[in-house]
Amino acid sequence: MEAVSAGLADGWADPARLNSESRRARTLLDASRDAIADVLGTRMEHVHLVPTPHLAFERITAGVAAARRGCDRAVVGATERDALMDAVQSALGREPDVVAVSRLGHIDVEAFAAAVSQVGVAFAAVQHANQEIGTIQHLGTLAESAHAAGVPLIVDATASIGHVAAPSGWDALVAHAADWGGPAGVAVIATTPHTRWLPVWAGRGEFAPGGVNPALALAAAVALQERMEDIDATDARLREYITTIRQAVAGMDGIDVVGDPDQRLAHVLTFSCLYADGEALVSELDRAGFAIGSGSACASGTLEPSRVLAAVGALTHGNVRLALHPGVRQEDIQAFLDELPGALERIRSRLGAPRLAP
Amino acid sequence: MSGSDSRRDPDALTGNVTAGRPGDDAGVGGSGDDAGVVDARGTACPMPIILLAQRATAHLPGTELTVLATDIAARYDVPAWARMTGHTFVGEKETDGGAWALTVRLKG
Repeated sequence: MEAVSAGLADGWADPARLNSESRRARTLLDASRDAIADVLGTRMEHVHLVPTPHLAFERITAGVAAARRGCDRAVVGATERDALMDAVQSALGREPDVVAVSRLGHIDVEAFAAAVSQVGVAFAAVQHANQEIGTIQHLGTLAESAHAAGVPLIVDATASIGHVAAPSGWDALVAHAADWGGPAGVAVIATTPHTRWLPVWAGRGEFAPGGVNPALALAAAVALQERMEDIDATDARLREYITTIRQAVAGMDGIDVVGDPDQRLAHVLTFSCLYADGEALVSELDRAGFAIGSGSACASGTLEPSRVLAAVGALTHGNVRLALHPGVRQEDIQAFLDELPGALERIRSRLGAPRLAP
Repeated sequence: MSGSDSRRDPDALTGNVTAGRPGDDAGVGGSGDDAGVVDARGTACPMPIILLAQRATAHLPGTELTVLATDIAARYDVPAWARMTGHTFVGEKETDGGAWALTVRLKG
């Protein structure tokens, strides 16, 4: 909040104009881009700020596809975000080739290599880490295959930047400030000196003509720097908490723990509970003070369950999705584990579920 | 909350456990026996799995059970249930009525 106030005091003017206030706003924006570039391992001029990750996906996929004349295919993993899938579909006017993932959520690297080697692939787009199950992809191998085939690689790092070190090997990367504790309203498209893209929208070759609010950009950059200062300690602490929950729930009857136990985001865990409905679990645990998510269709109000859970072959009902905030304490974890069995028992008996085999 | 009432309605537990009618693709499991069919059409997750699990406790090892479901989540959850409980998922088939017929073989 302090960064937003400072930004508003200093950066209220239009950064595109030449008066001194505008120059100050420009300086703020550039300083913010510079700080973000530093974390992403690129340079300031290759960091583009846009208002939302949806717009970021839309622009980078359309821009890269336009620079790949005659190519109208894209390759993606089976657990990509809906926003990315929609953007790819819109950029190419057709469904992408979807590469299957393993039970742990890793993209099949051999199938990926074969898919990018086809004729007419404009780009490949894969996530760094999955926001639901935490699995971190073998990006190095995927990047090698894409580059060997001469196909640009777009990486969705919206779930990972601010939680783990930035990946390398990408031609373009998308990140989201709200996912690293920054304000909503700032997303990032990062490119490299070699990335080829063409603006196929109005507005002087910028990804988001008009840009973003410099105050929000500054707040986003400050939040990212703060995250990165403590990243090792936070990672170690949250990883231990998630491991504790993971082991505890794996020992309970009828629970399907999802995602890679090791190669994962430190703060994310998803598990599904047999004979329970996601909506009831969300409200039972909410009553006890735990704000959890759920990828179950019955909890999200959609007809379809989470595509991620379906893709990894996990149980889709009774799904609990945890994303630990850096401020979570040991006693919160214990309280959650104390609450869960009773909540599950109540829901299962209400639904008339059979007894689980010991 | 009103949208979920039907799932919590105790009548939904018994009222929908009716044997499949002839011609409902009840023969996916191969037996064609009505007793081997769990009709969970019209129920939402997790009811198809609960109905299947209830029925599974009353059958002998090796029996094939087919659950009929209109809830798309059942397509993922029946194989996941089989994996978690040690039963075997046999296969799936879309019925003429827009439902899925999902067959498992009970362990033993």
